[in-house]
Amino acid sequence: MKGWKEIPDGGLILEPGNSVEYKTGSWRAKRPVWDKEKCINCLICWIQCPDNAIIVENEKIRGINYDYCKGCGICASICPKEAISMEEEK
Amino acid sequence: MKILGMNGDNAVAYAMKQINPDVVAGYPITPQTIAIEKFSEYVADGEVDTEFVAVESEHSAMSACIGASASGGRVMTSTASAGLAFMWEMLYVAASTRLPIVMNVMNRALSAPINIHCDHSDSMGARDSGWIQIYGENVQEGYDNIIQAVKIAESAGLPVMPCFDGFIVSHAVERVEALDDEKVKNFIGIYKSEHPLLDVENPVTYGPFDMYDYYMEHKKQEHEAMKAALKIVKDVGKEYEKISGRSYDTLSEHRLDDAELAVIALGSTAGTAREAVDEMRKKGINAGSLKLRLFRPFPYEDIRNALKNVKAIAVMDRCDSFGAFGGPMFSEIRSALYKTSDAEVVNYIYGLGGRDVTTNHIKKVISDLNNISTTGKVKEYVQYLGVR
Amino acid sequence: MVSLKELSKKEEKLASGHRLCAGCAEPIIVRQILSATDEPVIASNATGCLEVATTIYPYTSWKIPWIHSAFENAASTIAGVEACYQVLKRKGKINREIKFVAFAGDGGTYDIGIQALSGAAERGHDFLYVCFNNEAYMNTGIQRSSATPMGASTTTSPAGSVIPGKKEFPKDLTEIMAAHKIPYVAQGSPGFYNDLIAKAGKAFSIKGPKFMNVIAPCPRGWRHPTDKTIEISKKAVETCFWPLYEVENNEYRLTGISKLIAEGKKEKLPIVEYLKMQGRFKHLFTEKYKHIIPEIQSRIDSDWGILKKKCGY
Repeated sequence: MKGWKEIPDGGLILEPGNSVEYKTGSWRAKRPVWDKEKCINCLICWIQCPDNAIIVENEKIRGINYDYCKGCGICASICPKEAISMEEEK
Repeated sequence: MKILGMNGDNAVAYAMKQINPDVVAGYPITPQTIAIEKFSEYVADGEVDTEFVAVESEHSAMSACIGASASGGRVMTSTASAGLAFMWEMLYVAASTRLPIVMNVMNRALSAPINIHCDHSDSMGARDSGWIQIYGENVQEGYDNIIQAVKIAESAGLPVMPCFDGFIVSHAVERVEALDDEKVKNFIGIYKSEHPLLDVENPVTYGPFDMYDYYMEHKKQEHEAMKAALKIVKDVGKEYEKISGRSYDTLSEHRLDDAELAVIALGSTAGTAREAVDEMRKKGINAGSLKLRLFRPFPYEDIRNALKNVKAIAVMDRCDSFGAFGGPMFSEIRSALYKTSDAEVVNYIYGLGGRDVTTNHIKKVISDLNNISTTGKVKEYVQYLGVR
Repeated sequence: MVSLKELSKKEEKLASGHRLCAGCAEPIIVRQILSATDEPVIASNATGCLEVATTIYPYTSWKIPWIHSAFENAASTIAGVEACYQVLKRKGKINREIKFVAFAGDGGTYDIGIQALSGAAERGHDFLYVCFNNEAYMNTGIQRSSATPMGASTTTSPAGSVIPGKKEFPKDLTEIMAAHKIPYVAQGSPGFYNDLIAKAGKAFSIKGPKFMNVIAPCPRGWRHPTDKTIEISKKAVETCFWPLYEVENNEYRLTGISKLIAEGKKEKLPIVEYLKMQGRFKHLFTEKYKHIIPEIQSRIDSDWGILKKKCGY
C-alpha cells in the first residue's frame, strides 16, 4: 500500500470510475442466467440493474457481467419474457 | 498607498474588495456583521466580480466555501463566536480537504450565558482543526493579515483564519495604511487550483470514505503541510514587508533583550502589555513582552529563542480550557520551553466576555512575576485576572 | 417516452464495483437520473449509503466530478460549486454548460439537511436536488426519520408489545419544496423509469432550483427480498402511497400510472398490497395491531384526494 508521500493531498481520487478494479461478483449467492432465445432486448433489466452488470452492445443484450453482478435477482423478477432465471452459485 | 480611517470589520471588507475573491459565502453575526455588510455593498456597486452567497447559516457558509474552493475558486468568508462553533464540523473538512479558504474571525465569547464581547474561546476551540491561525493586534494588522492570509493559504494548501479582537478591533476606527489595489493584486497573484471540481474533462472525487488503511496517511500529509506552513508564514511576512514597509513574523518582541520577566499575549492585549512594560521599566523592573502572532502552526522554536534569557513568564490567555492545567497558550508555551528553560511560567486567564484589561492589571502581573523571580516561589500557577 | 436503446449507447456515469447492497434502489435511481442529460454533470453527495459505498478510498465509482463534505449540507456544498461556476463563467474562464446535482437520502434531506436545502432553494441556485427516500437512516442501521411511514418498524421505532412501530405519519417534503415555489418539483419511482427519466430530463433543462423526491426501496431496511425492489417501488405508486406527480411553475400535474388512477383508467390498489411485501410492516398483520392498517389507508385516501384536487381532478 502507498505511503503518505505517494497519494494525492486532501483525500482526492484522481482516477474516475476506478471502482471497476473492485469485483463485487464474489458477493453473489445466486447467479442470473440469461436465455438469449427468449430475450426480446427490451433492456428493462439493463435500466433496472443496480450494478450496471447487464452487458449491452449495439442496443442488444450480450450477457451478464459476473465480475460485478451481486445476484440480487431484480433482472429475473422484472423480465417480461422470463428470459433470466436465478440459479444457485456453486 | 492610501491613509484611511476604518474599523476592523471595514478594513477586512476593504482588503477583501482588493483581493476580489471568486466566491464569498457570508452570514451575519456580531461583531463580524459590518464586514459582510460592507462587502455586500461592494458587490451591489459592482466594485468586485465576486459571487456573493448570502447563506442561511454559518454551517452552510463553510459548506458553500468548501464547494466553491474545491471548484477552483478563490474563496473567503468571516465569522465569530457561535458562528464559528456552528461551522465546527466543516472547519475540519476544509482543512483536511486542503482547501485554501481565508476566513477572518472577529473573536467573541461563546455562550452561555450569551455574550457578544471579546475573548478567544471561539478560535482557540478551533486550534486543532487544521487551520492556520494568525492573531492581529489592531486594525492595521487586521488589514495586513487578510492579504497575507490569501498567499499563505494558497502556498500551504491549507485554510487560514486571521483573527482579531471583537469590538476592541472590529469596531474601533483607527488609521490604516491601505496598499494600492494594484499592489495587492500583484502580491496575491492568480490562484490556480491543481484539481478543480469544475474541470469536467478530468473528473475528481472529493471527500471519499476513508478507512483505517489510508486515513492515517491523509492525516500525516496534513501534519506535514502544517509544519511546512511555518516557513511560508515567515516568507510571506518578509515579502509583504517589501510592498508595505511593515514587517511580520511569527511573533514580535518588546524590550525582551535584557528582560528577566516576560508577559505574553495575543491580539489587542499585546499593546496594553507594552504600555505596562514601559511603565514598569521606569520603576526599574526589568520586564519585556512578547506578542504572539502565529498560533497554528505553533512557532515553538521562535518562542524558545525569544524567551531564553527570562526568569519568569506570564502567559495571558483570553479563554479558559476548563479542567486543563491553564489556558491553551499556557500549555503550548510551557511545552515549548520544557527542558530548554528554567523560567517559571504562570498563567492568567483574563478578559473573558469582554472584561476590560488595563495597564494596571498587567502591571500587577509583572509585579507578581517580580516576586516569583526574587523569591523563587509561585503561589498559584493558574489564576483568573480581574475577577471578583 | 425515453428510448432505452438510445440511452444504452451513452457512457455510464456511475461505474460498477460500488459496494451498495445487492438490490439497492439507489444506484438504479442514480443511473436513471444521470442518463437524462447529455451535458456534463457535477454532483455533491450527502453522507450516507450512496456516498460511502461508491467512494471507498482509493476507489471511486464516479466518472463525473463529485464531492462529499458532510451529512446535512449536500445543498449548500453544491451551492458553492454552482456559485463558483457562475463567477468563472462570467469571467470567461469557463465557457461550457454544466449541470449540478445534489444527492441525499431522506435523513440528509427531510431531517438534518432541510435547512441547507431550503436555503439553497430560496437563493435560486441552478441545481437539481435528488432525495433517495428509503424512509429511514439506512447507513447507520435503519433508524426512523421524519420520512418513515406510520407503522413501520425501525431500530429506533421498533414494533414492540405496546407500540406498533412508528406512531407518526411522515412529513410531506415534496409539498414543503413545492411551497418554495421553485420552478420544478417532482415525485418519482425507479420502477417507472420512463416517468423518472423524463422528469429528470425536464429538471435538467430548467434553470434554477429543482427538487425530485424518489422512493428508494431498501431490501435490508424494509425487510424484503433483494429481487423485489422494483416491484415494491411500483406498488408504492399503484396504492397511491407515493403518487407520481410534478409541480412545474406552481402547476400541479399527476403523471404516469397516478394520472391513470385519477382518471379511473387504472385501479387504485389497497395499501395492504404494499405493506404485505415488507417485513417492516409485518406486525401490522397481527391481531393486536391490525387496526393500524385502516388508519394508514384512510390517511392515504385523504392525501390522495387533496393531491388530485390540486391536479385538477
